[in-house]
This record gives sequence, C-alpha cells and structure tokens, in this order.
Amino acid sequence: MNEFLSMGGYAEFVWPAVILTVGIVVWNAFTARRAHVAALEEARRRVAVRSTEAS
Amino acid sequence: MDFTWFHRFGSPPHVYRLAGMLTPWFAWPALVLIVAGLYGGLVLAPPDYQQGDGFRIIYVHAPSAWLSLMIYSMMATAAAVGLIWRMKVAHAAAAACAPIGAWFTVATLATGMLWGKPMWGTYWAWDPRLTAELVLLFLYLGYMGLRAAIEDPQRADRASAVLAIVGVINVPIIRYSVEWWNSIHQAPSVMKMGKPSITGDMLAPLLMMFLGFTLYFVAVMLVRLRAEVLRRERTARWVEEVVAT
Repeated sequence: MNEFLSMGGYAEFVWPAVILTVGIVVWNAFTARRAHVAALEEARRRVAVRSTEAS
Repeated sequence: MDFTWFHRFGSPPHVYRLAGMLTPWFAWPALVLIVAGLYGGLVLAPPDYQQGDGFRIIYVHAPSAWLSLMIYSMMATAAAVGLIWRMKVAHAAAAACAPIGAWFTVATLATGMLWGKPMWGTYWAWDPRLTAELVLLFLYLGYMGLRAAIEDPQRADRASAVLAIVGVINVPIIRYSVEWWNSIHQAPSVMKMGKPSITGDMLAPLLMMFLGFTLYFVAVMLVRLRAEVLRRERTARWVEEVVAT
C-alpha cells in the first residue's frame, strides 16, 4: 500500500494530478445538476405567479 | 427527403424530454469506465521503462486533453448550426458545452504541468502545443464572457457563435502542433495512424478513460442543455407541464 501511495517517487506529481481531475469531474456533474434544479425552481415560481395572477 | 427528425431536434420540449431520458444511459457507463480505467491505470498497468510511475499522469491528462478539443469542436459545430439554421436549441447546446470544456482545459494544463516538472524539469514552457492549449482556455472564457456581457439572448447567441466558429482554427493547431513544429511535447502514442505505440496493459485502461470521459461529457452536457432550454423557454406552455409533474 505504501509502495502504491509513493508512486515510485512521483507521488507529489501523480496524486495532485489525479485528485484535481477527479475533482473537476465531480464538480462539473454537481454544477450541471445544480443549474438544472435552479432552472426548474425558477420555472415553478413563474408558473405559480402566473396562476395567481389569472385567478 | 423527410426532415421531420431534424425539425424535432429544433423543438425545445422534445429536446428537453429526450435529454432527460438519455442522461442515465451515458452517466452510468461513464462512471463504471472511469473507475475501472483509473484502477487499471494507477494500479494494474506496469510502470513505464523511462518515466517510472510518473507516466500514470497520462491516464488523467490525455482524456482531459481529448475532451478539451472534442468539446470545442462540438461547441463550434452547434454554434454554426444555430447560426445557419437559426436553431435556438443548437445555441443552447453550444452554451451548455462551454463551461465543461473550460474545466477540462484547466485539467489538461494543470496535469500537463504536473507531468512536465519531473519529466522536462519545468512546469511550463512557451511551446507551440502548450501555448495553443492556453489559447483554447482563453477562447472558452471569451465565449462565456461574451455571452454573459450581452443582455439580449439572441444577440448573445449570434455574437458568441461567431467567436466559437472563428476559434475552431485553434483545434487542428493543437492537434498537429507536435508534428508541424519542433515541440517539447511528446508525439501521440494512441491517437495516430497505425498501431498504438503503447503496450496492451497500459493501453486498455487509457481507452477506458477516453470512452468514459466522452460518455461523461455527453451526460453532463445533456443536464446543462436541459437547464439552458428551461431558462430560455420559461414563458412557454410546455414548461408548465414539466413543472407540474
């Protein structure tokens, strides 16, 4: 395990590269979802306002 | 010829529903491939005979670089379709591509620097390929900045589309930079004509990462596209139905 983590002496380069890329992968999935949820909520609010105006 | 299929792609409610239906079919295989590719690349693959374990950065660097270029090409194509056929959904697709592409350009540059330090002895060099990849990041940021700066959505679509299309010239420059100029960057090992110059147990995880990242991009782009379409169509009737469910 230690041998794996030390990456043959390249740990300080390999691990930041892997962690950063995985972080960007997770972050993009998260922000995309957040944008969709926000757009849905915004649409919901508009529809609610319109239906109260109509009644 | 029957072009109804093409017109359906211009219909926002259709695109919104189709994107929602397709997303899991890309997201789950992407997750499996990325996890398997990382395991294969970081654990199973043998160390490189010259670069030792440092070469493993390729498993995150090369797929990110592929995405940074592929996403830009798709963005420019979508922008062109939007400009030529005045298709709003195409502009929405182009806009959905930009932030993802920008992030993976950042990943490409950062992982490349982390590889360059031990292998070349420097984080950065004003080398043709590195410089062109940096220009790619500025193109993405310029595209997003331009969209954000123009209030009228239709004008923003058109102006940013022109920028995206003009900038596409940078894609072949990055791709062929290592062949056209004396670049410090190594030549391709996989994405080239003929057999890959890399052994099977190193290659398999790399291919998984390429495919996994591509599917991942499609999934994330579809979610962003849905958000984009909803925002543009907020006054449309069909949105009420979507919201009601």
